[in-house]
Amino acid sequence: MCGIVGLFLKQESLEPSLGEWLEPMLVAMADRGPDSAGFAIYHDPAPDGALKLTLYHPDAGFDWEAIAEGLGTAFAGNVNLHVRVTHAVMVVNATESEARAWLRRHFPDVRITSVGAEIEIYKEKGLPDDVAESYAIRHLTGSHALAHTRMATESAVTTEHSHPFSTGRDLCLVHNGSLSNHNRLRSELERHGMTFQTDNDSEVAAGYLTHRMAEGASLEEALQSSLDDLDGFFTFAIGTRDGFAVLRDGIACKPAVLAETDQWVAMASEYRSIAHLPGASAAQIWEPAPATVYAWSRN
Amino acid sequence: MITVDLNRVDIRELNQRLHDQNGDDGRTPWRIVGPDGRHSIAVGLDATLTVTVEGHVGYYCAGMNQHAHVTVNGHAGPGLAENMMSGTVRVTGNASQGAGASAHGGLLVIEGDASSRCGISLKGGDIVVGGSVGHMSAFMAQSGRLVVCGDAGAGLGDSIYEAELYVAGSVGGLGADCVEKDVTDDHRTRLTQLLCRAGIDADAGSFRRYGSARTLYNFHVDHAGAY
Repeated sequence: MCGIVGLFLKQESLEPSLGEWLEPMLVAMADRGPDSAGFAIYHDPAPDGALKLTLYHPDAGFDWEAIAEGLGTAFAGNVNLHVRVTHAVMVVNATESEARAWLRRHFPDVRITSVGAEIEIYKEKGLPDDVAESYAIRHLTGSHALAHTRMATESAVTTEHSHPFSTGRDLCLVHNGSLSNHNRLRSELERHGMTFQTDNDSEVAAGYLTHRMAEGASLEEALQSSLDDLDGFFTFAIGTRDGFAVLRDGIACKPAVLAETDQWVAMASEYRSIAHLPGASAAQIWEPAPATVYAWSRN
Repeated sequence: MITVDLNRVDIRELNQRLHDQNGDDGRTPWRIVGPDGRHSIAVGLDATLTVTVEGHVGYYCAGMNQHAHVTVNGHAGPGLAENMMSGTVRVTGNASQGAGASAHGGLLVIEGDASSRCGISLKGGDIVVGGSVGHMSAFMAQSGRLVVCGDAGAGLGDSIYEAELYVAGSVGGLGADCVEKDVTDDHRTRLTQLLCRAGIDADAGSFRRYGSARTLYNFHVDHAGAY
C-alpha cells in the first residue's frame, strides 16, 4: 500500500499557495505509507540553454559547494546552488549528457534525482510528516507537484527506492501498486541501453515511459501502451513540465480520486488528502475510470 | 437531534456512542458533520437509529449495518455498507469499489454511480444504483438483487449463483455463466416495489434481467461429492 497525491494549479496567481496546500495532502496519506516520502515540484524555470539538476547524497553535511565549483569550472559560468537537507538543486550551463558524464567521473556517489528546466525531486526515508517538516514543504511555491508516501512491498526501504522516479526531462512518476513483470521488462529495457539505480518495480515503469517517449511516443501514447506492456496493479500520477496525468490499470483495485475546481486539479489515493483544499466541498469529484488516461496542462 | 463534529470527536468515540444505542429504539436522529473522507464512519450499528452524514466519507462507511438507517449526503469511498445485515444505507453521490459487498440483507441505495465490484458476493441484500456500475459487479453473487438504472461495466455477474440482476442501460459484457433471463410480471411487480422503496424514479418495464445459467462445475450434481 502506498499513498499518492498530485496538485495542479490552473492559475499563476495561486502559485505561492502550492506548498501550503500540498503539505496536508502528503501528511494525510502518511498511514498509507509510513516508510518514506518524496515529492516532485515544478517551479523556478532554468534560463534557456541551462539545465536544472536535483542531486542527492545521503550525507547531510556533504560538500555541495565542491560540485558547484567543479561544474562551474567545467562548463563556464556560475552554478546556481540551492541545498535542501540531503539534496541540492544546481542550474548549470551544460547539456544533460555532459552533466551526467562529469558527475559520474568526479562524484560517482552522487545520485541525480531529476533533470529538466523546472522539476525538482526530493525523497527521504522516514515518516512523511517528518519529511514534510524537514523539507519545509509548506513554504514551497510552484505550478504543480506530485508526492508519494511509501509502504514497501516489492523492494527495500531506502531513499533510492522511494518515489517519485524521474522518467526523463521534467517528467516523473509516482506509483501505487505492484508490477509482476518488472524483472523481464527491466532486462528488455537494459538491452535498449537503459540503466536502473534499483531493483524497484516502479522505477521500471518510469524507465518504460522514458523509453517509449525516446522512441517518439507522446506521453499519452506511452501511457496507453503501458496498459498492454505492464503486468500488475497500478495507479500512476505522472508529472510533466506544464501539467500532470493520471492512469489506472484495467483492474483498478488501487484507489484514486480526482477533484477539479476552476482553480486547481487534485489527485489522491483518498479523498482525505483533498478535503482540506479550498473549495473542495464544491469541487467536481470522481473516481478515474480503469485504463483511461487523464491529463491536464496549462497549454 | 444529536450532532457530532468529526473535527472534534474521533471515529472510535463516535462509533462507540452509536454502539451504546444498541437495543434502543433510537428516536433521536444523529447528524455527523465534518467527515472529510474519514474511514469507518458509523460502522457496526445495531439499533434502529437514523444517522445522516453531511459530506464525503472514506472507506467502509456503514459496514455491518443492522437495523439502522444511514444516509450520506456526499460520495463514499471503497467498501460502503459491506456485509450489511439489515436496515438501509443511502448515498446521494457516487460510491467507490466494492459497495454493498457481501451484504446479507437490508437495502443499499446509491443515487449516483458505483464503481467496480458493486455487490460482489452479494448474499441477500438489495442494492439499487441510480447511475451506472463498474466492472465485475455482482461477482459470485449468491442471493439478493442488484438494480442498475444506468449501465453495467464488463464482467457483470461473473460466476453468479442465485442473485437477480436488473440493468436498464447497456451491459459492457456478461461474466462467466451469467445470462439474460425473461422478465415476468412477477419480477416487474417486485422490481417496482423495490424501486419505490429505494425512492428511485425508474420504470420497471425498462430493465432487463440477468442471472445464473447454472452451468459451471459447482452446479453439476456429479460434483456434489467434491464439496
